[in-house]
Amino acid sequence: MPIATTVLARLHAMVGSENVLVSKEDLIPYAFDGTAALHQMPGAVVFAHSREDVVSVLRFANAEGIPVVTRGSGTGLSGGSLPSPDCLVLCLVKMDRILEVDAANLTLTAEPGVTTIAIAEAAAKVGLFYPPDPGSMKISTIGGNVAENSGGLRGLKYGITRNYVMGLEVVLPDGEVLWTGNKCVKDVAGYSLRDLFIGSEGTLGVITRVLLRLLPKPAAKKTLVATFDQMDRAAQTVSDIIAAKIIPCTLEFLDRTTVRCVEDFAKVGLPVDCEAVLLMETDGHPAAVAEEATQMEALARRNGAMEVRVAKDEAEATRLAAARRSAFSALARVAPTTILEDATVPRSELARMIRFVDQVARKYELRIGTFGHMGDGNLHPTFLTDERNHAEMERVHLAFREIFDEAIRLGGTITGEHGIGVAKKEFLPGFAGEASMRVMRELRRVLDPKGILNPGKMFDVVPNPSA
Amino acid sequence: MNPAGVESKGSSYLQGLDYSVVQQCMHCGMCLPTCPTYDATKIERHSPRGRIALMRAIADDRLEATKTFADEMYFCLGCLACVTACPAGVNYAELFEHARAEVERRELLKSPRRTAIRSFTVKWLFMDHRRLTAVGRAMRLYQELGIQSLIRGSGVLRLLPKRLRELEAMTPKVQPAFSNELIARVTPAVGGRRQTVAMLTGCAQDLIFSDVNRDTVEVLARNGCEVHTPPDQPCCGSLHAHNGEWALAQVLARRMIDLLPPERYDAIITNAGGCGSHLKHYSKLLEDDPRYAARAKAWDAKVRDIHEFLAGAGLRPPTKVSGPPMRVTYHESCHLSHGQKIVNQPRQVLAVIPGLQLVELPEANWCCGSAGIYNLTQPEMAGQLLERKIGHIRSTGVEVVATANPGCLLQLINGCRDAGLNLRVAHPITLLAEAYRRES
Repeated sequence: MPIATTVLARLHAMVGSENVLVSKEDLIPYAFDGTAALHQMPGAVVFAHSREDVVSVLRFANAEGIPVVTRGSGTGLSGGSLPSPDCLVLCLVKMDRILEVDAANLTLTAEPGVTTIAIAEAAAKVGLFYPPDPGSMKISTIGGNVAENSGGLRGLKYGITRNYVMGLEVVLPDGEVLWTGNKCVKDVAGYSLRDLFIGSEGTLGVITRVLLRLLPKPAAKKTLVATFDQMDRAAQTVSDIIAAKIIPCTLEFLDRTTVRCVEDFAKVGLPVDCEAVLLMETDGHPAAVAEEATQMEALARRNGAMEVRVAKDEAEATRLAAARRSAFSALARVAPTTILEDATVPRSELARMIRFVDQVARKYELRIGTFGHMGDGNLHPTFLTDERNHAEMERVHLAFREIFDEAIRLGGTITGEHGIGVAKKEFLPGFAGEASMRVMRELRRVLDPKGILNPGKMFDVVPNPSA
Repeated sequence: MNPAGVESKGSSYLQGLDYSVVQQCMHCGMCLPTCPTYDATKIERHSPRGRIALMRAIADDRLEATKTFADEMYFCLGCLACVTACPAGVNYAELFEHARAEVERRELLKSPRRTAIRSFTVKWLFMDHRRLTAVGRAMRLYQELGIQSLIRGSGVLRLLPKRLRELEAMTPKVQPAFSNELIARVTPAVGGRRQTVAMLTGCAQDLIFSDVNRDTVEVLARNGCEVHTPPDQPCCGSLHAHNGEWALAQVLARRMIDLLPPERYDAIITNAGGCGSHLKHYSKLLEDDPRYAARAKAWDAKVRDIHEFLAGAGLRPPTKVSGPPMRVTYHESCHLSHGQKIVNQPRQVLAVIPGLQLVELPEANWCCGSAGIYNLTQPEMAGQLLERKIGHIRSTGVEVVATANPGCLLQLINGCRDAGLNLRVAHPITLLAEAYRRES
């Protein structure tokens, strides 16, 4: 339905007509994010350039009861920034300034539209380090990372986005601006609202400023690639590394299907005649790095690695990591539709979970490429299918359900780093339980009484009747 | 699928396209940071992912091909940086050419002025080399007789509208002699023939950079090649295919194959990045033509970019006579680097030149804004890109910028001149030829 002319006029007055898109050709490219097979046309796209823009748009939308879906670069993998019907897409990519790098306090302050890679580069420029590195970091925005609580390849040692957020500026649906957190490492004053907004998927407020924690840049890094003729051997190597009291910054694996697709794209010399590739990286003090790398190599060999290769320089290490980062998209080479999942289990259950995914694939006659973060139990079984084949999509859905049930049974979670959005919505109640669902619903109703923020995402909520 | 075949079925080019090509895009967004028009605007419609979404909407009948769609397809530079960035292997080049063909078939951008310009250039001038040469001679006369400087000095140009004035300033210097006059039909190999190759002289290249053609032939000869250079070669059709004129592109491809039968040569050499990118895909263009399909395949297998050929065949380094010390940076032509994935070979060619120090150019593979005729059709965006490129060139502090495509050469020559940068813009092969000449 086209947006009402009165609404349009108000938006024009607020942010300028050049920052409001309404034509069909302009809206079609905003009808999806990075998630497969989801599509919904918005009513308009509005670009905010400042906190004040966000305040006025939200205040107006709240008064009129118009749904608002906040969006960065639209790379999310659970449909978190998929438009609601006829909503306003509030796009923040033009709020892209890094406001401060504070080397004395090891912090960085940025607007939400800054790309993750720009944050990492700004930190690196002064010898500092921003560890979270989601697969789409070249274009994903920090606002989106915080809203989805993104992970990445370094989760095992360095944690995820949540561990680096010290403060947030958030605009609430009624236009009120809230600041939570500060540059203090220690701060126990009141509830940690900051933690509530991290991973809230745009359902509680719009993040307009982010204060991030930085680390000193590790002095040395070594990257190794090991290949195995059995996935179990790769998994055992990972268990042995952890048992040897080594915490590498990266322990990534790719199965045969994934390796072939990745090599086809990235051409980094990954061997394609094996069942599993393990990418290992250790960083820190040069002496420790050297020792750990030697140990990891020995452990891989003891588990029957076909080959262990050490990256000869930083450039090769970067190429290998970039190749791994492309895994999801590269799998799209072999099938029209690629559906990525991120079921996660405790590290100790990983080998069992990989085997289970394999069984499920056979049971439902589906093609799956699996890769992921072996060090932190975060798996990415990726279904290679075709959304036009309804019968097969039905089987994909059944397979999902079995995989999630098994993940929960093993003490894991239905999503390690992609979020609930719409893709996992139906699985959340079963995972979270009645009490958690009730608290989440009530929290959401308090912060967004009219239910204008990202409606239909994560879980449904009946708006507060008195709002 | 070949659009010419589709047309007979009466459906649209985009709907006739194998759906898997459209569906291949899984909208991950990895292309966004590499797209110059998205980078400049931050609007999804101006990104590869957004453009593919529009094409898919047309294929799905969710969108009519509109003028806005048409404008968008011509706002795209066609630089193919997205193809390099795309892990999913989307064939954007094919999508893009189909989309533009759709725009032309439906006459979405039809205006008397555009029709006149396209009829004169794409459909007439670039369809026949003799016409092009004649126009070239007229321009040469205009420049040589001093009419140009007379006119430029007289201030008469001030009477022209701004855009025309800008265009006049961009007119390239036409060479005093064209390839026909500079290059023999057969150039013998120097010191024993190892291979027999054909040399493509190009259209615009021949008028404006015939010296680069001469240098290319010389370099090939000095690398053991007997070089065949038939006169009056047709345009390769790249201009036509990129601008939605598939049928004309097919005519030119057939002519080219007839003139240079691939079975006669060990390789068919091109020195223009943009042409090479198109020349290597004749088989796609002619796949539904029973008479030419097989020959087009053979043709594709023989076409080599000059740098690719030299690096692959074992380039003979010029002997170390003391060449003048020279700091050189290299700008990658989009269709050489993204279209043909030829990235290292031109740098290898430069690296063997004695006395030459190669300085890496920041964002070397970011489009300079030339993009075929984009700098004529989209002057504003082209200007922004040129400014960005010139800034990077300035930061290197070099004396020479090397680049291997006539469009880029012209764009950079104009850009450096307008920015008051006193440096030389040259094809890598010209620098290599000069180094060989210093040997003797």
